[in-house]
Amino acid sequence: MDLSVIDWSDIWIATWETLVMTGVSLFFTILLGLPLGILLFVTAKRQLLEQGLVYTVLSFVVNVLRSVPFLILLIVMIPVTVILIGTSLGVEGAIPPLVVGTAPFFARLVENVLREVDRGVIEACQAMGIRTSRIIFGALLPEALPGLIAAVTVTAITLMSYAAMSGVIGGGGLGDLAIRFGYQRFQTEVMVITVALLVVLVQIIQYSGDRLVLYFTRK
Amino acid sequence: MIRIENLRKTYRAADGREVEALADIDLEIGAGEVFGIIGRSGAGKSTLIRTLNLLERPSAGRVLIDGEDITQLDSEGLYALRRRVGMIFQHFNLLNAKTVADNIDWPLKATGHGNAAERAARVRELLDLVGLSEHGHKYPSQLSGGQKQRVGIARALANRPQILLCDEATSALDPETTQSILRLLLDINRQLGLTIVLITHEMQVIRTICDRVAVIDGGRIVESGRVADVFLHPQHPVTRSMVAQSDALAAASFDPAHAYMKDKLRGTLVRLTYIGDVTYQPILSRIMAGARVQVTILQGEVSSIKDVPFGQLLLELEGGEDDIRAVFAELDRHQIHHEVLQ
Repeated sequence: MDLSVIDWSDIWIATWETLVMTGVSLFFTILLGLPLGILLFVTAKRQLLEQGLVYTVLSFVVNVLRSVPFLILLIVMIPVTVILIGTSLGVEGAIPPLVVGTAPFFARLVENVLREVDRGVIEACQAMGIRTSRIIFGALLPEALPGLIAAVTVTAITLMSYAAMSGVIGGGGLGDLAIRFGYQRFQTEVMVITVALLVVLVQIIQYSGDRLVLYFTRK
Repeated sequence: MIRIENLRKTYRAADGREVEALADIDLEIGAGEVFGIIGRSGAGKSTLIRTLNLLERPSAGRVLIDGEDITQLDSEGLYALRRRVGMIFQHFNLLNAKTVADNIDWPLKATGHGNAAERAARVRELLDLVGLSEHGHKYPSQLSGGQKQRVGIARALANRPQILLCDEATSALDPETTQSILRLLLDINRQLGLTIVLITHEMQVIRTICDRVAVIDGGRIVESGRVADVFLHPQHPVTRSMVAQSDALAAASFDPAHAYMKDKLRGTLVRLTYIGDVTYQPILSRIMAGARVQVTILQGEVSSIKDVPFGQLLLELEGGEDDIRAVFAELDRHQIHHEVLQ
């Protein structure tokens, strides 16, 4: 393997782009997915604000979005992305499909994490005469914090691999580099380096996530 | 203070059948009273106590607190009611992510009760009350079971409720810790004049702190009354078996048909029970001194139920029929209850 053919400045730019895509879309995924996950949890059967119809509809939409393969979603989303931000290319063009692809996934994770919170604790809060909204934000979410951090970690890693995939339709970052140089120009070295970098990034995210989970665990 | 009228609760089971959890419940609980509800698991006691703050909505009947039917309250009314009714739980149900002090502060903070300084003062006062002044900064996972329940009690008292509901509050604790928690509850009952309603499957809990007790079985109240009366003279088979299971009252389970006793009994087998001051007076000795009757004590217990001393003795009396009858008359005169077993 001849590393001298590699243009390192391209690599660093692509790494930065991957981090930006992952970070920005993670932000919007949480922004959309967290409320959606909370809504799924509280409207489910025997929960704080049981609403059968709302739950069924939300759950159906989430399932539909989750059943579309990400590569297809990337392509289907192109017109929407153009309307939203003017282009479907580059770093910014990759963000809307990333958010739409992972927000439902994150919402499901949130729902599951919230279900793990001890029912008795929520009941105790109800018995104190505390309003439901207050219970959700003051007790339920803080109790679920370690689980939520773990869910964010998993989602961040999923986003990073999806971000790499967006290289196929002209998104930026390491995936784009791997396809244009590694695949189309047969520069195996670039392919190896990008994959190695992705491995390192995923390890860092997982490790930091685990540390945070541990830090906030009080059980 | 609390009146339950004609309460009924039915569930629809998974297979579609209707299951009756509670039926025909009528109870009246006075202000400042410690009222116990005892029953085996599955008897409906947990469902019953949970109707008192509507964690469980009854299917029919009324629950009156201070004359107000709580089943008719709107959601604002329900919030207000629940702030007046504290509750503690078998598994404590503390917030693991909050410190002890924050757990106690939480109901105050979440119901908009006072500013930060006032709340901090109240939290300190409550920590003192339950004997955890040194533990405010800890997390629940760092505490023992008994300490966790103390936090639960402090938290339940934060909003100065008039009623405290205890849902199997000592069932997850060892006997020694149970006693200390019961003493704390009794102190609170006396100091604050709090009405306490508790459910348990342990006789010992009822004996230690309750004034009155209701026995529940199959979703119905089968017996109720003053604790001493119910335990010294249990009427219903369930009550009898629960009394018999509590070691301290083993005398009630004395079995004259037991192999060892069978051939040795010659006289009349009599069970004496008495409550109150008479327990500590030499009445038996006086009666027997003048009687021409031989007495053998087969089994006995002198103890107290809450603060009321009581005794129960199983005696074998040998003598003429008239002499024994004379003894019985004397016993009656001193309000010692007797019951001829054989």
